[in-house]
Amino acid sequence: MSKRETERAEAKILLAEEQIKLTKLQQTKAKLQIHLLKAGLGNADLQASLQQLRQFLPYWHHILCNIPELAAEMIHSLFLINHSGDLFLEKHWKSVISRSVCDYFFEAKEKAVDPENVPPVLQTPHHYLITIYRDKLFFLSVIQTEVPPLFVIEFLHRVADTIQDYFGECSESVIKDNVVTVYELLEEMLDNGFPLATESNVLKEMIRPPTILRSVVNTLTGGSNVGDTLPTGQLSNIPWRRAGVKYTNNEAYFDVIEEIDAILDKSGSTVFAEIQGVIEACVRLTGMPDLTLSFMNPRLLDDVSFHPCVRFKRWESERVLSFIPPDGNFTLMNYHVSSQNLVAIPVYVKQSITFFEMGPCGRLDITIGPKQTMGKTVEALMVTIHMPKAVLSANLTPTQGNYTYDLATKVLVWDIGKLNPQKLPNLRGSLSLQAGAPKPEDNPSLNIDLKIQQVAISGLKVSRLDMYGEKYKPFKGVKYLTKAGKFQVRT
Amino acid sequence: MSANSAFNDEKGGSSSVGEPEYGHDPASGGIFSSDYKRHDDLKEMLDSNKDSLKLEAMKRIVAMIARGKNTSDLFPAVVKNVACKNIEVKKLVYVYLVRYAEEQQDLALLSISTFQRGLKDPNQLIRASALRVLSSIRVTIIVPIMMLAIKEAASDMSPYVRKTAAHAIPKLYSLDPEQKDQLIEVIEKLLADKTTLVAGSVVMAFEEVCPERIDLIHKNYRKLCNLLIDVEEWGQVVIINMLTRYARTQFLNPNMNESLLEEGSNKTFYGSDEDEDEEEEEEEKDKKAEAPAVAKRKPYVMDPDHRLLLRNTKPLLQSRNAAVVMAVAQLYFHLAPKAEVGVIAKALVRLLRSHSEVQYVVLQNVATMSIKRRGMFEPYLKSFYIRSTDPTQIKVLKLEVLTNLANETNISTILREFQTYIKSMDKDFVAATIQAIGRCATNIGEVRDTCLNGLVQLLSNRDELVVAESVVVIKKLLQMQPEKHSDIIKHMAKLTDNIQVPMARASILWLIGEYCEHVPKIAPDVLRKMAKSFTNEEDIVKLQIINLAAKLYLTNSKQTKLLTQYVLNLAKYDQNYDIRDRARFIRQLIVPTEKSGALSKYAKKLFLALKPAPVLESPFKDRDHFQLGSLSHLLNAKAGGYQELPDWPEAAPDPSVRNVEVPEWTKCSSREKRKEKKVEKPFYSDSEGESGPTESADSESDSASGSESGSGIEESGSGSESEESEEGSESEEEEEEEKEKDKKKKKKELKTPVQESESEQSSEEEERKHERKSKQRKSESESESDEEEESESESSQSESEDSESEAEVKKKKKAAESKPPSKPVKKDNKKEKKEMSLLDLDDFEPAPSPQATPVNTFLSNSLATDLEGLSLSDAVLSPATISPSSALKSYEMLHRITGEGLSVEYCFSRQPFSPDANMVAVQMQFTNNATSDTKNLHMEDVKLQSGMRVKEFPEIELLPAGEMVTAVMGIDFCDSTQAANFQLCTHTRKFHVSIQPPVGELMRPIFLTENEFKKEQGQLMGMNEITEKITLDAKCRNEHSIVQRVITAANLSRVPCGSDKECRFAGRTVTSSSLVLVTVATKEEGAAKVTINCEKMVIGTMLVKDILLALTQ
Repeated sequence: MSKRETERAEAKILLAEEQIKLTKLQQTKAKLQIHLLKAGLGNADLQASLQQLRQFLPYWHHILCNIPELAAEMIHSLFLINHSGDLFLEKHWKSVISRSVCDYFFEAKEKAVDPENVPPVLQTPHHYLITIYRDKLFFLSVIQTEVPPLFVIEFLHRVADTIQDYFGECSESVIKDNVVTVYELLEEMLDNGFPLATESNVLKEMIRPPTILRSVVNTLTGGSNVGDTLPTGQLSNIPWRRAGVKYTNNEAYFDVIEEIDAILDKSGSTVFAEIQGVIEACVRLTGMPDLTLSFMNPRLLDDVSFHPCVRFKRWESERVLSFIPPDGNFTLMNYHVSSQNLVAIPVYVKQSITFFEMGPCGRLDITIGPKQTMGKTVEALMVTIHMPKAVLSANLTPTQGNYTYDLATKVLVWDIGKLNPQKLPNLRGSLSLQAGAPKPEDNPSLNIDLKIQQVAISGLKVSRLDMYGEKYKPFKGVKYLTKAGKFQVRT
Repeated sequence: MSANSAFNDEKGGSSSVGEPEYGHDPASGGIFSSDYKRHDDLKEMLDSNKDSLKLEAMKRIVAMIARGKNTSDLFPAVVKNVACKNIEVKKLVYVYLVRYAEEQQDLALLSISTFQRGLKDPNQLIRASALRVLSSIRVTIIVPIMMLAIKEAASDMSPYVRKTAAHAIPKLYSLDPEQKDQLIEVIEKLLADKTTLVAGSVVMAFEEVCPERIDLIHKNYRKLCNLLIDVEEWGQVVIINMLTRYARTQFLNPNMNESLLEEGSNKTFYGSDEDEDEEEEEEEKDKKAEAPAVAKRKPYVMDPDHRLLLRNTKPLLQSRNAAVVMAVAQLYFHLAPKAEVGVIAKALVRLLRSHSEVQYVVLQNVATMSIKRRGMFEPYLKSFYIRSTDPTQIKVLKLEVLTNLANETNISTILREFQTYIKSMDKDFVAATIQAIGRCATNIGEVRDTCLNGLVQLLSNRDELVVAESVVVIKKLLQMQPEKHSDIIKHMAKLTDNIQVPMARASILWLIGEYCEHVPKIAPDVLRKMAKSFTNEEDIVKLQIINLAAKLYLTNSKQTKLLTQYVLNLAKYDQNYDIRDRARFIRQLIVPTEKSGALSKYAKKLFLALKPAPVLESPFKDRDHFQLGSLSHLLNAKAGGYQELPDWPEAAPDPSVRNVEVPEWTKCSSREKRKEKKVEKPFYSDSEGESGPTESADSESDSASGSESGSGIEESGSGSESEESEEGSESEEEEEEEKEKDKKKKKKELKTPVQESESEQSSEEEERKHERKSKQRKSESESESDEEEESESESSQSESEDSESEAEVKKKKKAAESKPPSKPVKKDNKKEKKEMSLLDLDDFEPAPSPQATPVNTFLSNSLATDLEGLSLSDAVLSPATISPSSALKSYEMLHRITGEGLSVEYCFSRQPFSPDANMVAVQMQFTNNATSDTKNLHMEDVKLQSGMRVKEFPEIELLPAGEMVTAVMGIDFCDSTQAANFQLCTHTRKFHVSIQPPVGELMRPIFLTENEFKKEQGQLMGMNEITEKITLDAKCRNEHSIVQRVITAANLSRVPCGSDKECRFAGRTVTSSSLVLVTVATKEEGAAKVTINCEKMVIGTMLVKDILLALTQ
């Protein structure tokens, strides 16, 4: 055999080998993809496997690079976890993710001590966990790729709201009792990880909320709680309203609720105060009513946010709220009262909390009196104090109401009730400290709760409510309420 | 860990143990605590004939799934029920199927045919749900079926099904990425969809499948901007984020001039009161831009599309959804001119009232923003004050923001606030506060001493953590000016006895070593003590001890030589190799031996070099290279799938790519949408009235486009040519128009409802004018139109059709109006003016009027041809932009001889008749050719065929001699060409007149895509199809003239079509809304085929005649 022939034969063999490699590789690639897809593995897994492959077959690098990144959905899975860390519901909108992913969360939870301090966003090797804490439950969602965190947080809160709306409360027992309904709701709310129907009115058309009567009937007749009519709300331009609403009593109620957020310093002067308001509506009207709500003094409102039903343009031009309301309860608007207006502080607090250097004890003396109450009575007055850890017990005498001191959480609550301007409520007595503990150098701040009925502290007034589009005359009502929001007195 | 208990049954399905907490669950009913046998019982239930048993079984199974138990062995039993009649059972089976199909692929295939059947269901909701489940089953074999289903659904009539199709795209993509190219085609098609329902979902699909194909967005950009406000909340977030990226690639940096000029000085620049100055400045700049000789810097002109985006997203700051607000905020932060970014601050501060998770995310973003744009948040300083009840992570973030906001003016307030925080019980927070004080002290020279003193006081705090943190911070501060503070160093030296926190000890030692010449007596003593405790120290402290020893050896070897040796010896045998290494290294360096190399000469220089003071920086610095609001930004690390925010381009890419090729259609569609909103849902969409000072920051071309998109009539973008032509005319007309504005309002009050459609239009025009002056105006049309909101989706569609045509016509009119050089208009206008002033009795000034709208339809043909010429010569506008109104035919109703001086002409204005959508609007022009006035012109004695209805025009009280007036009436012809007969009465005479519509006027145009058209056509075959062959007139062999002639003959709209051999048109009859589809296919030598598909055969036959006539003449 001549040299040339040998060379040619060798070249042939080489070529054949290369071809075999290529086909093998293509097979591997396909297998790998299928395998990964089946296993529901994430990008990271894929990348890792690819890395390995690359090491073995550096020549075919470019082929491997052609494998596209797996597209991932926004919210992959949801886990519900109770206060003590038991996982009691899981829902996957795509392939199943093992529960063990929650271990990272439990680790963080352990570290944070207080559930409020668990970071809402956690990073794990293959996933991201976004968690909210509501009503002593953790709603933990697993995501795999970039997504605006607020998007997920807002959605999780919407889930909690929906559960609250359906069953009256959002708690572990309620969810467990209605696990099928909750599951159906979750199925409808998210499609492949993207929110589908989040309006409570639309959901209620598809899955009826349980009522006592219906659950009795259902057990007897085997009926269902899935709506038999198809949800048309989803299709309309006003997705928030159910079609074909009928009431015998047509009524529309609006609650104007204002909260005073304030920080008062030791001497009683205001460090910071503002008013946050919300208009909660309860509208039960037949048909498609078109409502217009106008204010006497809309100039007061500085910053607003609306339910999607409110026509923004009308507000911009005329400062009236014009809307086709959802059926039932909903939040019409949130507002913030311009900070130029001085905020009336309804009560003043005289307090002295002192701890003595000598002996394990301290003194507490608190008096509350009315300040600017718009001539109304202050009700449901309550003072909450988070005591320093060293405070063992409290021996106090209130002139009005009663107090409790929780030894475990070190929270002192003084429930006063109505504020009587003639006889100001006072709480005084001694605090005993842990023996040997150093005197706490910081004084706890007082958190105050109160309510004033029939007045919106900013002075906001609804002037009228008009209805168009329907013939009947609805019953209308507006209620005002002022509450303390985050009202804190520093000591 | 408590968690583990929850996991032990992860795989074990129903293995029973450790599940007492589910015992009371009714769904499992307590029965269900054990083994596989129970499943047999479920199987039986599923196989039974009773729905109630099936339901019960399914409920239990779903409850098991919810708990994460394995029920896959039930698959065959469950999948049989996929065709169950009971809706709830069906739904639960779907849930099961989606969960387990992947594991049992072969069995899952059994269910596919059910879904395929569902895909053909006449009910859109069933079609949608079938597609949804089908696409959720992750079985590779059905990929082709899914692909087919998606393609089909993407051209479904129902927007809801199309939305579901959009949702299915990413599902299929993740199942089989090979389908990408085909999916992109579907995405491209759905992106062109004009319903709000689809927009959000398809953009989501776009982002997941092909975010790099930014070119697909061009054509849809303006539409997306305009639809945005009515898209559902989640879709808004996705669209806004995508548009942010888009804008970064397509527009110029609006701040490019500032960044050149004000680099470094922007600290003070953004004080709130300076914003205005800047705006003025910018305004001036724009003025200068016109005269480049004066302009100092290169003028920046904002692309109108860029402005459009900013304007249309702004109202969304008022959304209740925090994610939407954040999305808009980041858009403004990344895209808006500096002066305008401020608007987002208020909204972000509002979110601080929300749930703590929301606060957490928002504060992270505010922290980043506040570094770049401090002025923005300064007015809200107090909103970031900390309450003792805030969670620690929130406190720390608020602290971060407060620190970023600190400057010379507010530092005293902030420090006072910090003082309260230091007393807090939350020690982590106190430590963070101390850090913050340190940062304030480094950044603001004036308060450095105050801060330092305060921190030194903290050294006597009882809490070690506080002291330690203070030491660390003091160390950093002292480095800035050590010579002044030797007493503080001494004080700290004493602390070594008490402080145990390693970091603090290390810091003290470093300080003493570094500044040993300031404390020459104490330093060796400290070293002595440390040498003693060396073995018990933490590694970090040991290193510093070695360090201290070395430094002392170099400066004061007499006293410390032995100590140093001792320490180094100790270190030599340390467990930590780092320490051993360090010791060896230092020994070689400082202890002179015979072998010691060149380096030891420089030991002093090495150790005692002057160290630069550390810069205390915010951890949020430079985080803004991540798109704000993103997960990556929050984690400060790139998350998988994160799309990098591109840098601004150096030079703007061609803006004309966003011009839509077939402007008429797409513009119509976007306009239609807005219009629809106006009629149906007048919410945010027509957001306007923010023209204010921000507007003026841009060039005038921008303000023009601003007014346009705001009023929602005209070209939603630039459409550069037409705009320019308008501009010129507007300036001429403007003065007049301004004068008349007030009058017009009064007029409107006088007007009667019939003219409403006119007044609406004019009011829109007026709005535009108003807007230019940044005034707000009440829109009358709303309250009325709201009633129509009840109408269901079907009718909404038809309404939108109306509005489309209306919009079209209007556009033409506008164009006509704004063409001053053509004499006829002016004349007409003048005439009109007089007439109008007569109506307006208490007004004696001549009122020029844009009420001229009706007149324009009577424009002389010359003008019409002018217009056509314009659109033809126009590079951007394709021949399809032929105005139907330009060719409106008028008919004679009453000749002036029979009418004894009164002549009446009528025409079909092809606008929707707003009081009644089923009526055809007929516009009449009364001319009094007699010498005496005509009074009380009105209608009487209407004789109609059954079913027909007429809405009379309002009585015209006075028509003076030689004058002309127009009125509009509506007639419901019931889709027949029967004439409407009535008497026209004046104060003296009655005339019998009649109005007979050509068949082409009994319809209104609708917009269909090519596919929709074909689909519809497919359903109207056989009896419903009429075909005629003709030879085209020689003049009419090109596409343009065919289109023109057909549109003249019938009120139809053109359907975009790939081939130029075919022209397609679509419309619906006015009364019954039956589809009318016309196809003109041309062949060689002028041969052509006209096909008409219409359910109403009579209409079809008549129409085909008319069209033949039109094409052959």
